[in-house]
Amino acid sequence: MSREAVHLDPVDRVILAALQRGVAIEPRPFAALAQMLGASEETVVARLRRLVATGVVGRFAPMLDAEALGGAFSLCALEVPEERFEEVAALLEAMPEVAHNYAREHRFNMWFVLAVERPEDIARTIARIEAATGLDVLDLRKLEEYRLELVLAV
Amino acid sequence: MLDPRDRTLLQASQAGLPLVADPFAELARGLGWSEKEVLERLRRLVATGVVRRVAAVPNHYRLGIRANAMTVWDVDDGRVGELGRKVGALAFVSHCYRRPRRLPAWPYNLFAMVHGRTRAETEAQRAEIARLLGDACRRSDVLYSTRILKKTGLRLGGEG
Repeated sequence: MSREAVHLDPVDRVILAALQRGVAIEPRPFAALAQMLGASEETVVARLRRLVATGVVGRFAPMLDAEALGGAFSLCALEVPEERFEEVAALLEAMPEVAHNYAREHRFNMWFVLAVERPEDIARTIARIEAATGLDVLDLRKLEEYRLELVLAV
Repeated sequence: MLDPRDRTLLQASQAGLPLVADPFAELARGLGWSEKEVLERLRRLVATGVVRRVAAVPNHYRLGIRANAMTVWDVDDGRVGELGRKVGALAFVSHCYRRPRRLPAWPYNLFAMVHGRTRAETEAQRAEIARLLGDACRRSDVLYSTRILKKTGLRLGGEG
């Protein structure tokens, strides 16, 4: 797959914006959007398939709410010496409790999300990471979320 | 919260629904269920908040949005709730959270994720947040992401 940005025409943009907001849970979930566009449902579906095939859309699926499912989460950060960066990244890669990990330009250069079944597993997992790396983990678990529905303008 | 059939339904659909005009019927066929059961269960999962919505998840990078940054702010504790809601409502902010400070290493309590095509665009977004926070904000920083090291996303495991 090419690393270049994918070109979207205006119809793609309308479809992407609408489908980010979500569809009705109805037998024909694309019918309303097709009607708004003056197109067939097949056209909408064919364009969605292309957006998925080109990687513009990662997936079209039910979006789960992590907390409503139970389980506990925390955003954590590490200050990793440059020469140990790949070693620590590999350690986190191998841990199923680590859901995401990003390199960032900052003194705290590694940022990861822990997702575990029980709240007490957060502290336990952080202790394991600290023991394995000899580094202090910043535990920045969320206190409050200022929620909105993400719709990227494209 | 989830009964075994809800779990089966989410496991069968979380990686992606069939890309057809009647995806719920197609999903039901794959499970050997009725379409009615799929629709009723999904609607109830939305009503109870387990499913936020059924939607397309865009990939920022493929849209040419490469300057993804975590902006962080040290905001007066008495005003962070009111101001956080305003920041979270900005169109270019995808996520906004209040988190604990960890002094002295980490003085920031408000986090806002912003996304631009270029760093100039992202810096303009950051300036807009700074204007909104005004003198309630003592200091701020920005952390650009340079590499995705791991991205599994939230998935339901096979176990209860």
